Amino acid sequence: MTNLQSQDFVRISASTLTPPSVRDHEAEVAKLIDVSRCIGCKACQAACMEWNNVRTDIGHFEGTYDNPSDLDPGTWTLMRFTEWENDKGDLEWLIRKDGCMHCEDPGCLKACPAPGAIVQYANGIVDFISENCIGCGYCVKGCPFNIPRISKVDHKSYKCTLCSDRVGVGLEPACVKACPTGAIMFGSKSAMTEWAGERITELKSRGFANAGLYDPPGVGGTHVMYVLHHADRPSLYAGLPDNPRISPLVDIWKSLLKPVSLAGIAFAAIAGVFHWITEGPNEVQPEDEAKGRRLLREDDAR
Amino acid sequence: MTYPKGTLIRYTAATRVNHWITGACFVLLMLSGLAMFHPMLYFLSGLFGGGQWTRAIHPWIGVVLFVSYAGLVVQLWRDNLWNRDDLAWMRALPRVLANKEEGVPEVGKNNAGQKLVFWAMALLIPVLLVTGIMIWEVYFFPYTTIGQQRIAILIHSIAAIGAIIVWIIHVYAAIWVRGSVRAMTQGYVTPGWAWRHHRKWLRRLAATHSVGPEPRTDSDAPRA
Repeated sequence: MTNLQSQDFVRISASTLTPPSVRDHEAEVAKLIDVSRCIGCKACQAACMEWNNVRTDIGHFEGTYDNPSDLDPGTWTLMRFTEWENDKGDLEWLIRKDGCMHCEDPGCLKACPAPGAIVQYANGIVDFISENCIGCGYCVKGCPFNIPRISKVDHKSYKCTLCSDRVGVGLEPACVKACPTGAIMFGSKSAMTEWAGERITELKSRGFANAGLYDPPGVGGTHVMYVLHHADRPSLYAGLPDNPRISPLVDIWKSLLKPVSLAGIAFAAIAGVFHWITEGPNEVQPEDEAKGRRLLREDDAR
Repeated sequence: MTYPKGTLIRYTAATRVNHWITGACFVLLMLSGLAMFHPMLYFLSGLFGGGQWTRAIHPWIGVVLFVSYAGLVVQLWRDNLWNRDDLAWMRALPRVLANKEEGVPEVGKNNAGQKLVFWAMALLIPVLLVTGIMIWEVYFFPYTTIGQQRIAILIHSIAAIGAIIVWIIHVYAAIWVRGSVRAMTQGYVTPGWAWRHHRKWLRRLAATHSVGPEPRTDSDAPRA
């Protein structure tokens, strides 16, 4: 996406300054994906391609309904199909619409070294500003959900924008618009949480005792949430992380190492300056030259 | 190249060229690497034509540095073998730092500090190469897991900062000990410089009637 609304940026990658915060009061949005109502029709995938005008090369059949087989720079959302035999021995077909979760505390943004290449809007959407992206792939390492994909063509990172351009003008995301069963809903985060509560009550009444909302606290909650019939085991759904969080390695790299390193480099340089000021240069003295020359002469004489 | 009369050759032209290729690569890697490490240093990416170019060129410079440093290792490893005197020299380091070198053990071709710089880089540069390849997104992304890449980038950053600090010590020591920079640019030192800083090396050159950088092996064995 492009830089349309810079005053909306409440978080900016690789910035040590406070981003514009005058609009930080805005209601946060959320997309709610009710897995129990999804029929796997892929209308959301088609709508995503159409609205965002992205295409991907035709791939190969990998033996599953997943098509294409993975997210890529032109596939920002993907239905992932899991065939799971439940405890009663019945088959359950678990279908999850995969894509960026729009974390409240985005690991991609934390890892990004390019100022302004990743931003978070006041409404909570995490967006990639392609003109600032340098293609290093740090966002891939920062992301707890394995979402961003780097293009081999233009070396930019791509992922779901939550249709920030549509949401910015009061429309719902394209996937929400296209969903024929109402499995994808969009609204304020509080309204979506409330709606999810009703759905979960209904699922429980139908025998899904572990139904629940997936809004993982490890990343501060997400702006894409799931209603899962088996919320006690998110990983059943094509490896959805049970407890996603930014890797501690990324935390050390980005939080601790940066200031410690600059301090270490500065200390070494300042130590040099003060050594120069207090002890000064180590210069060869005339007597050194005399002694050195005498040694050479003596050996030459022998 | 001709050297002024009465001086000693410290480094051959081959060593000097090799050294400065390494040094130029190191400086470029440091600038481009720091640009991608800390937001406040991102402006350094402008030196390389912007962020995309910085990201693209950094690993290639790294490959050149690795090959170049390997050349330095081949040329100089013998001069940097650790011996018992080096420990004694390290114990006398406070006197060395205070420019009071009387009573400090005599030094051969390299002192313990120079050897430590050499071996620190000999350790850090391969670590930087291996971890750097693991995070070279364009060509090597599919060969490691994202979890492994997280470890690699953390080690790469720590090793790079270590190498920069070693580099600062190396550069400062060269400025501080007068005559060292000329040794690596024009190749020669005066007998007084050799007497003051590398007396054992000077004695071996004198004993074998060599003008440096190494004692002559075709002459008679050094006399007692």
